[in-house]
Amino acid sequence: MERQVSRPSPVRGGGQSAGWWRGLASTKNVRATERRLLPRPGVGEVRHAELFASSREASGAGLALAFALGQAEPADQRPWLWVQDAAALRLSGRPYRPGLPPSLRHRLLHVAAKSPEEALFALEEGLRCRDLAFVIGELAGNPKALSFTASRRLSLVAEVHGVPLWLVRLDAQHDLSSARQRWEVTAAPSLAPRWNPAAPGLPAWQGTLFRARNHPPGEWILRDDGQTRLVADWATAPPHHGDLAGAAGDRSLAAG
Amino acid sequence: MAIWLARLAIDRWQLAEGQYGNLGAQPLALISESAHGPRITAVNAAAREAGVRAGTSLTDARALCPELAVAPADPAGDLALLERLALWAQRWGPWSALDPPDGLLVDVSGVAHLFGGEAQLLADAAERLAVRGLTARLAVAPTAGAAWALAHYGPERAVLSRASPLGGGGRREAADGGGMARQQTAPLRPAFGGPPPRVGEDLGVLHELPVAALRLDPATLLVLRRLGLKRIGDLSGVARDALTRRFRSVRAPAANPLVRLDQLTGRVPEPMLPVLTQPPPLVQRRLIEPIRHRPLLDQVLSDLADDMVRVLEGQALGARRLELTLWKVDGEVIQRRLELAAATRAADHIMRLFAAKLDDIDAGFGIELARLTASWCEPLALSQRDFEAAAEAHGTSLAACIDRLSIRLGAGAVRRPEPVASHWPERAQRWLAPLEPARAAQESLTLHARPLKLLDRPELIAVIHASPDGLPRRFRWRGNLHEVTHAEGPERIAPEWWRERGAARLRDYYRVEDATGRRYWIYRYGHAADGRGGVPEWYLQGLCS
Repeated sequence: MERQVSRPSPVRGGGQSAGWWRGLASTKNVRATERRLLPRPGVGEVRHAELFASSREASGAGLALAFALGQAEPADQRPWLWVQDAAALRLSGRPYRPGLPPSLRHRLLHVAAKSPEEALFALEEGLRCRDLAFVIGELAGNPKALSFTASRRLSLVAEVHGVPLWLVRLDAQHDLSSARQRWEVTAAPSLAPRWNPAAPGLPAWQGTLFRARNHPPGEWILRDDGQTRLVADWATAPPHHGDLAGAAGDRSLAAG
Repeated sequence: MAIWLARLAIDRWQLAEGQYGNLGAQPLALISESAHGPRITAVNAAAREAGVRAGTSLTDARALCPELAVAPADPAGDLALLERLALWAQRWGPWSALDPPDGLLVDVSGVAHLFGGEAQLLADAAERLAVRGLTARLAVAPTAGAAWALAHYGPERAVLSRASPLGGGGRREAADGGGMARQQTAPLRPAFGGPPPRVGEDLGVLHELPVAALRLDPATLLVLRRLGLKRIGDLSGVARDALTRRFRSVRAPAANPLVRLDQLTGRVPEPMLPVLTQPPPLVQRRLIEPIRHRPLLDQVLSDLADDMVRVLEGQALGARRLELTLWKVDGEVIQRRLELAAATRAADHIMRLFAAKLDDIDAGFGIELARLTASWCEPLALSQRDFEAAAEAHGTSLAACIDRLSIRLGAGAVRRPEPVASHWPERAQRWLAPLEPARAAQESLTLHARPLKLLDRPELIAVIHASPDGLPRRFRWRGNLHEVTHAEGPERIAPEWWRERGAARLRDYYRVEDATGRRYWIYRYGHAADGRGGVPEWYLQGLCS
């Protein structure tokens, strides 16, 4: 499972990680208890995640794309689906092909749904399709149609068919949901580019993972390094306890 | 055999109006609207007597003939009639082609003996066409070009016989046209096989026809007339090298008399598109007892879908459009139509898509006949099933997914962006149907960063900038203030002058980032000194990731 997904955090300098998934926890500063909770590599791929973002910025969609790119196989050339309801389309705009990541540009299928109900139908149909690489949904607000039951349906369909769903919630409250990971995303100041320090650099996001099934919550600065890799740094340094214990490895948690 | 329906439009109008008996009663013209007012496209005999000609404007014609009656022309209807006639004309030969706007070509090689000879064939055709009320001129010749020339400019019912490759001189075929056979010195060679005839030797009666019989366009005819070449024989008199030199840069057959001359004599082949009937795959069920309930209708539909799949499989086709027609006892007809993203032959998929469309059907006193037609089919070969049965059973295919989405959300809801060669940001992509094949396009240069999302309509923002042409410092968008910390620009994009009106202003694009890290794509519309409006306004168009 050595994917070209991320590189070890340059700030923290942890050296043993390859996936963004592990990149999130690859630093030595992670407490031993947290480290033990990490999933085994390749097992805990996220099938349904929610990203709460503001409609005044494209951070939600940007981070969802970065996550999806990080989790997808590099050789995967299947199309992917982007579903937007009318409110999301009006508030945050329509996908623009020249601005999409180069490896995703030519594979986009866009669905403009009129209502949240239609958007949910499109999401579910997309998740049932074996020819799609992943599905990105964008819904504005807290529509009544997106109840806990509806989100549970989406989770189950995504897990049964193995198609990941990244659902971006624009200007939404943290309502009940069965998503496996729930993030709060805002834009973060970008690193200054090399040649023109006055220009905006490559995108960065501040992601707060506030609910996750198999990952400790935390806050990260996630950066896109321009080569379809996602780099995660701790936003706030956790208390440093030193290396108290080694990795849990494949032992059961009870034994560790 | 060439059939020239010399007065197709007028004949059709008169047949439709039921004025077959009193043809020459009053002058009549068919008109079509043009940029310079109504123009006459066809006239009847009485109008022609009065001096009205096709091609003149209606006001000129009214000056000549004040009592002229007019009716709108219907070129589409004429073409439809011509298509039906082309199929009907296959009674005289296995193969027919259209010669728009008013001609037909029928391949009658080896057929004439069934009618007792070419002359009898022509007589039969003329009689049948006359019964249908159509004025026609007919001719039979070895090549399509020669038949066309004789039908338009030759004598009535001319026959130019085909020489046997061995027979040399060939026999002479009598023709109804009288003088025609006497003028004929040697019959034409067949289009293929045998040595090609030499110029000026085998053209025979065609020598006497005007050059317009070569199916040339008006500009070329004008050139030939200025050169003093009025008849086809004159062309043969000129050395071939001279003609080749004169028209060496013209490739289109309609503009090159040499090509047309060779097609006339059969030296070069002339490919044509035949008219073929393709009956759409159709299955139907006539019901003994009219059905009034949905489960029964579903059962009937599932039987129909199974039948349709069997028919399609036999022809190696897949359906793209399906039409379900239900006849009710009380005489009403219900029609439901379905379009599919890709050719399909899956009965359960068809059933599922139709199920959503049958909810609002009012059966009334019952449905007695159900018919399923595949009005648009595409080739779909039989394919081997997947080795792993689970791979097929799991999930749906992309085409099925798109079908379901299009049926529920509407046809234009699912789309795919395609790049367009344009600097103007809104025009740099267009939306296509999802499974439409990508067009070949040049890879565009990616010199500048573009936003992830584009607002459908750029939103007006209030900007404070350091100097009149400087970088923006802060701006207000949707009620909130953004402090600009990073900015890059301007990237100047000029309007496409070949599309926009002259006063369109250019755009200066800036990529900006505010204090909290939000990244936007904003532009200034015009600049202060361009003289195309007042103080330039600022717009926010894109959101960067």
